[in-house]
Amino acid sequence: MGNVIAFCEFTGANLRTSALSNLAFARQAAQHHGGNVVALLVGAGAQAASAHAAKFAPTVVVVDDAKLANYLAETYAPIVATVAKANDASVVSATATAVGKDLMPRVAALLDAGMASDIAKVDGKDTFVRPILAGNAYSTVQISTPTIVVTPRQSEFEAAAELPSAGTVTTAAAGDVNAAGAEFVRLDAQKSDRPELTDAKVVVSGGRGMKTGENFKVLEELADLLGAAMGASRAATDAGMVPADWQVGQTGKIVAPNLYFAVAISGAIQHLAGMKGSKTIVAINKNKDEPIFQVADYGVVAEWEKAVPELISEIKKLKASR
Amino acid sequence: MKILVPVKRVPDPTQKAKIKDGHIDLTGASWIVNTFDEYAVETALRLLENGADNTRTAGSEIVVVSIGPDDAAKEIRTCLAMGADRAIHVVAKDEEIDSLAVVKVLQAVIAAEKPDFVLMGKQAVDGDANQVGQMLAGKLGWPQATFAASIEMSKDPVALTVGREVDGGVEYKKVPSPAVVTVDLRIVGPKAVQNGVTPASHAYSGEGARLPSLKGIMAAKKKPLAATKLADYGAAAAPSIKELSVTLPPPRPPGQIVADIPTLVKKLADEAKAL
Ligand SMILES: Cc1cc2nc3c(=O)[nH]c(=O)nc-3n(C[C@H](O)[C@H](O)[C@H](O)COP(=O)(O)OP(=O)(O)OC[C@H]3O[C@@H](n4cnc5c(N)ncnc54)[C@H](O)[C@@H]3O)c2cc1C
Repeated sequence: MGNVIAFCEFTGANLRTSALSNLAFARQAAQHHGGNVVALLVGAGAQAASAHAAKFAPTVVVVDDAKLANYLAETYAPIVATVAKANDASVVSATATAVGKDLMPRVAALLDAGMASDIAKVDGKDTFVRPILAGNAYSTVQISTPTIVVTPRQSEFEAAAELPSAGTVTTAAAGDVNAAGAEFVRLDAQKSDRPELTDAKVVVSGGRGMKTGENFKVLEELADLLGAAMGASRAATDAGMVPADWQVGQTGKIVAPNLYFAVAISGAIQHLAGMKGSKTIVAINKNKDEPIFQVADYGVVAEWEKAVPELISEIKKLKASR
Repeated sequence: MKILVPVKRVPDPTQKAKIKDGHIDLTGASWIVNTFDEYAVETALRLLENGADNTRTAGSEIVVVSIGPDDAAKEIRTCLAMGADRAIHVVAKDEEIDSLAVVKVLQAVIAAEKPDFVLMGKQAVDGDANQVGQMLAGKLGWPQATFAASIEMSKDPVALTVGREVDGGVEYKKVPSPAVVTVDLRIVGPKAVQNGVTPASHAYSGEGARLPSLKGIMAAKKKPLAATKLADYGAAAAPSIKELSVTLPPPRPPGQIVADIPTLVKKLADEAKAL
């Protein structure tokens, strides 16, 4: 026992940035358990990302099989559980991404493991701090099962740095791949050249007050000027103004950029839960009494129709003056 | 078709969190059905009715199950008033149960009830854990479709094609019966649930789940609600997760309202060093 199995997502030859947060968590957990970090890559083509993973973990286990072409919790969970057992895992973890949240509770069930979701901090061998009540409180939980499953929150664990020397890569067999009848049908991908919402240094979010999807263009112009990712409130995503995966909040993406713009967003607790870890928060809203102004470092009481174009031109001026 | 909907009551999220003796103080709290579970009841109804003429599919049944304290019966009745047919209330103190214990009870309920699908909220908005649906599916060896934003039901064989909001888009996943489906916010969109009975052109109105009608509230009083105990399911009251303490995060230091955009940009550059 003692090892930490860190399930890592990848695209092509690289780990996803979110996986580096998981590896940072895994290093902390491994210290508490006196074991090693084992990065686990699962999927068709996983081998391609193994060299990148080895820069961050002393051991990398690769399960690469054509039958794993599309992620399914049903086929991945037994593999993660098997690798965990074979590698004397005390802790099994994955970043709380869409995949991590879908997969890890199923892994926990297979391992009879207690699970701490979306944790913000490691507080000992079996003790973790995690937000509850939409981030309005932090709960310290202790888990007594022999194996523990954890999903660390990306925004709370800074990406792991590279190791002085690369780790070793081994492979494991996928075994029987049985989807229990589940079928991947298709992915309607949202293509974007902007940084991922959860990685971005700057996020520009719009709310219901933007009124239409067309009106978001001006926010996108601001975002592109700053190399920012786009976000939105539930009201804007529900109304179909912007894609669903732009939603920031308790039940959407959790972000903690250097700079967050909330434009025409009222600041409901569910929205604040997703962004109040941001370093600097700017709110632009026409109503001075909105709760968003209570968390904003800088508030401008104005209509976006006037304020955002002016903001764009002022930032351009600033950039030109440097 | 029979659908089982596990539901949880949660403290109304609009209340301010208070701490007493190192834990959340819930004395005098008001309670609601966890919003996502309410959406699951709504989804079950939309799968088993003709939404255009408000008739339920013949022979269909929606069973609600809740594990929680005595007074959770009130929130269970709310689900019955929305249109669920029958309920099981497994009486247990909150500190006696964690996700694994809930899963164990649900497994026993499922063995007895044999539902075609289990539909539930993706997370409870108090603990925000997002675990039970996936754990349950894992224990049962059933397929799972989490974070459902849309569902299309097909017959012969019965299956659900679920639109799941994932990082970078929407994934469509098909699961045969029996399966566990957990629902996300947008499942209550006007046309998010297509059951092949309600005309595809029919748009549900309103935001969120339906409110119980007066008739529904009256009917709910007569619907069966069976009270059982944890021990009836062989589940021990020995959770493997213990809450040691709860703290409130420090408030953000107060910000400032700035007069205009040029001032904002100047402050962002010079003071916050954010530009
Ligand atoms: C279970 C549950 C989960 C939820 N999860 C999330 C979540 O993850 N994320 C999330 O965001 N929400 C979530 N919500 C919804 C949340 O409660 C709010 O309803 C939502 O955040 C409101 O979005 P909004 O601020 O855009 O809209 P509103 O509250 O309607 O605010 C619109 C704002 O626009 C301003 N405005 C209007 N016109 C202009 C103008 N011309 N110029 C400037 N300002 C203008 C108004 O003053 C107002 O403040 C959840 C709700 C529930 C029940």
